[in-house]
Amino acid sequence: MHRTHVRVLEDVLDANGTIARANRADFDREGVTVVNLMGSPGAGKTTVLEQVVGSLPGVRVGVLEGDVKGSFDADRIAALHVPVTQINTDPSFGGECHLDANMVRSAVPMLPLAEIDLLVIENVGNLVCPAEFQVGEHARVMVSSVTEGEDKPLKYPLMFRACELVLVNKIDLLPHLDFDLDKFLYHLDAVQPGVTHIELSAKTGEGLDAWQDWLVKAAMRERIPA
Amino acid sequence: MHELSIASAIVATVERHAGGSPVTVVRVRVGRLRQVVPDSLEFCFGMVARESVCEGARLELEVVPAVLRCAACEHEWEIEAPPFWCPECAGGDVAAVRGEELEVESIEIEQEESACIART
Repeated sequence: MHRTHVRVLEDVLDANGTIARANRADFDREGVTVVNLMGSPGAGKTTVLEQVVGSLPGVRVGVLEGDVKGSFDADRIAALHVPVTQINTDPSFGGECHLDANMVRSAVPMLPLAEIDLLVIENVGNLVCPAEFQVGEHARVMVSSVTEGEDKPLKYPLMFRACELVLVNKIDLLPHLDFDLDKFLYHLDAVQPGVTHIELSAKTGEGLDAWQDWLVKAAMRERIPA
Repeated sequence: MHELSIASAIVATVERHAGGSPVTVVRVRVGRLRQVVPDSLEFCFGMVARESVCEGARLELEVVPAVLRCAACEHEWEIEAPPFWCPECAGGDVAAVRGEELEVESIEIEQEESACIART
């Protein structure tokens, strides 16, 4: 036996990237803009979606719900008569903590791509793992709520650097919290200078028009380079 | 725990290059800007390597420092932590030149002497 050195120089997530590009090609062929919605559990991902998906002027929306288990979020979206497809990362206990390109690939045949203009993929609630895995999206949005603390951009820079839009949710709670919004925005700018953010409350409706407007423009490809 | 997915992806990458030969060393370059925990990755690698060509292989991780470049003034600098603003001109249009790597750099494989002779 002898030892041989083999140069590899291959991206570890190359296989995921290849499948993500195939997903993206399918979405582009059908003229569907895809937004990957990320954030920690309880940040309000489903709620900020629920508040706008039923009423986007001129945009037909579909939702792909990624969850470790259950269809609680999908049921909430379906109640709004919006087409929704569910992926569970594990049918029993302790599934994957993120969606990857292959999981989304498996859902593509179930998606009504010909009937929608915008697909929102709600990722598994997590501030670390989803940022590593592209799924074929055109844009990434993360929801960060004011109950999570103003240090989060510094603790999870990869996630905050991976997105084109940050929704700062639950601002109706600001009077009751020690959360310093200016400090949060300073930290956000420190990890991703100039990133767009919208301050909103899914409960009172404040800021929802700006979020709705962003989605409509995204669907029209006005802000997102092809 | 995305380290488990990454470890599986490393084993799959190595399998494509090892030609079925047992692997003794796997060298992986991890950029500072990736959220990969080395200890966790090593632990997961040991687990998913079982019953593959990587069984018993040593995982060597090289951490690549993060280097940013400012689009406005073209200054390049290494960072350990945020902020990502340019220290020269305070510009915010910065891109990572290095530090986003996550690649299998090379592997060491065990080959039969006879295979080598047959090839020459």
